[in-house]
Amino acid sequence: MASQKMTLAKGLNTGLRKAMENDPKVVLMGEDVGKLGGVFRITEGLQKDFGEDRVIDTPLAESGIVGTAVGLAMRGYRPVAEIQFDGFIYPAFDQIISQVAKMHYRSLGHLKLPMVIRVPFGGGIGAVEHHSESNEAYFAHTAGLRVVSCSDPSDAYWMIQQAIETDDPVLFYEPKRRYHERAEVDIDDAAGAPLGLHQARVVREGTDLTLVTYGPMVKTCTQAAEAAAAEGRSLEVIDLRSLSPLDRETIFASAKKTGRVVVVHEASTFLGMGAELAALIQAECFYNLEAPVLRVGGYNLPYPPSRFEEHFLPDLDRILDSVDKSLAF
Amino acid sequence: MSDPSEVRQGGMPSDLRHTMHHETSVQPSMEHDITDGGPEMVQFVDGDGNRLETNEANAPYARIVEEMTSEDAQSMYRDLVLVRRMDAEGHALQRQGELGLWPSLLGQEAAQVGAGRALKPQDYAFPGYREHGVAWCRGVDPVNLLGMFRGVNHGGWNSNENNFHLYTIVIGNQMLHATGYAMGMQRDGVVGTGDPEKDAAVMAFTGDGGTAQGDYNEAMVFASVANAPLVFFVQNNQWAISEPNYKQFRIPPYQRARGFGFPGVRVDGNDVLAVYAVTKAALDAARAGQGPTLIEAFTYRMGAHTTSDDPTKYRIASEVDIWREKDPIKRMRGFMEANGHADPEFFAQVDAEADELAARIRRECQQMPDPAPLTMFDNVYAGDHPVVAAEREEFIAYQASFVEEGAN
Repeated sequence: MASQKMTLAKGLNTGLRKAMENDPKVVLMGEDVGKLGGVFRITEGLQKDFGEDRVIDTPLAESGIVGTAVGLAMRGYRPVAEIQFDGFIYPAFDQIISQVAKMHYRSLGHLKLPMVIRVPFGGGIGAVEHHSESNEAYFAHTAGLRVVSCSDPSDAYWMIQQAIETDDPVLFYEPKRRYHERAEVDIDDAAGAPLGLHQARVVREGTDLTLVTYGPMVKTCTQAAEAAAAEGRSLEVIDLRSLSPLDRETIFASAKKTGRVVVVHEASTFLGMGAELAALIQAECFYNLEAPVLRVGGYNLPYPPSRFEEHFLPDLDRILDSVDKSLAF
Repeated sequence: MSDPSEVRQGGMPSDLRHTMHHETSVQPSMEHDITDGGPEMVQFVDGDGNRLETNEANAPYARIVEEMTSEDAQSMYRDLVLVRRMDAEGHALQRQGELGLWPSLLGQEAAQVGAGRALKPQDYAFPGYREHGVAWCRGVDPVNLLGMFRGVNHGGWNSNENNFHLYTIVIGNQMLHATGYAMGMQRDGVVGTGDPEKDAAVMAFTGDGGTAQGDYNEAMVFASVANAPLVFFVQNNQWAISEPNYKQFRIPPYQRARGFGFPGVRVDGNDVLAVYAVTKAALDAARAGQGPTLIEAFTYRMGAHTTSDDPTKYRIASEVDIWREKDPIKRMRGFMEANGHADPEFFAQVDAEADELAARIRRECQQMPDPAPLTMFDNVYAGDHPVVAAEREEFIAYQASFVEEGAN
């Protein structure tokens, strides 16, 4: 087994490198992705090795980045566009919603847009305004897009390659506060990816309650489950990985097993991913539930200045508080 | 306009303009003459069909026009007439309730045919939603253009068959797609090889209204920086629905190109020979690796913005009358007659062909079936998607329940 210890950032970098080696049609594009290697250094060293035609430093214009990626994809390329921070994706919102999502449908299937839009997302790094947002629900709401998020180095390495291979456009959310966390990654190509891009993963098995989460909150939820275990409670943790489509089978199986679900994410709970999950689980697993599905998320505020972060973002105590509430039913 | 500096100054001395800025909270409106393209406009044939003398503006393109044969002229004229007839039929079909909407190109036939004819098969065109004439030149069946306006699809042609992209309704989005596509051509090594069969370029179409959009301006920046093989073709038809040019920009689109770092040319959009020559030169340069050009075709939208619109609310009839005198078909016909490029029999034959085309469009439009309901779920994703699959099954079951009820 070929295994290497690496950070999540290195997992992405290595995965991008692999994808570029395997397919000459893969091109990276974005602001500062070349010599600088991106503001988070995810593309570090790639322009040096693959040249400026394949690692394209673009003008500072997000709609331009995504819109030209559409044209490149139509020409047969597989562009991977980097948006520097979650809060900067909005200038490209029109292109993503009006064009990227709908091209296959409106062309009656004649045109494919195999493009990936990479978005570092979420808070917890003490950043300034517009650098800590979780806007995944906007895109998951839109048919035609696939929306995924990795949470650890192994998924970073494999999922970015799978996203690039996918013939549909993919919004690829990277948990920026986990970029520097390290783990063993099995990079054995022959073995292939451990899971399909659309599949959820049971991170930790349990019997009393299920925490459903994704991205940066996977680690937080795992820690919460460990803390709960110390109090004699067995929590299952599910990392959704794919937000659109949702892996319903894995979610429903766990909900039916434990009878209690708490959804955890950083985004505001109002009309967030948790709203969909709660509705789905209640519609499909009603007779197996011991308690209503609860949500723990950001408050319904603009992402606040960073000195508020520890209060705004779900932490162990807020998650465990909801666990207590659920178990009290 | 006679002096471009007048435009930059808003038609008044700079010191006065400065004062007005301080004394008024609202910019003074500046109505320019939207019937005169000014001396920089490339033109070969005047409104009566007379061939104009060589001048500073048209000299660089004179050779292209001189090399054209009578057959070329006839073929272009035929396109103008058939495209106008196709457009008229689209309008009529909307009025008869067969189409939900129709954006007419009336008055812009020469701009579109001139541009469309300059494209080679390996080139690629990205239209807005009024480019029926370009579609015609690319070989797209006019009946296919009707599908989206009838509501049976969002675009009924395979854009890769004719290298003519689907219509784009959100103004300006396609300018960036064109830029990216042109960047792809560069990476494919089909630019600047010197092989005329291989070298390719892209043309992106929008109107004067589109020049205000962010995507339009970002496309200019990206194309310039990439030196992309791309011709931006702005049909300045003077009106963005009800907004005249002077509510849209302070300098005309062709003059803005220089600010983005590439040439801009204004051409008489009602002179098909001029449009063809200017566009051919720009495409040749793009294919040769010389980068983008912006062409502003100075023309006029004779009809409404779409069939939902009422132009009598915002523009005066005398303006339309001035432009009627500049009609592109009348002009080309006059030129051909004066120069012996065709006999009366040819013109009669083209008119008869237009009648046949109209009848076919009408017949095939009326026969266009509603799509099978289940196909609503097709092609949302290229790969499997369980949510779409589940909802499709739900829909099948729901439809089947009516059959069962009926059976009972």
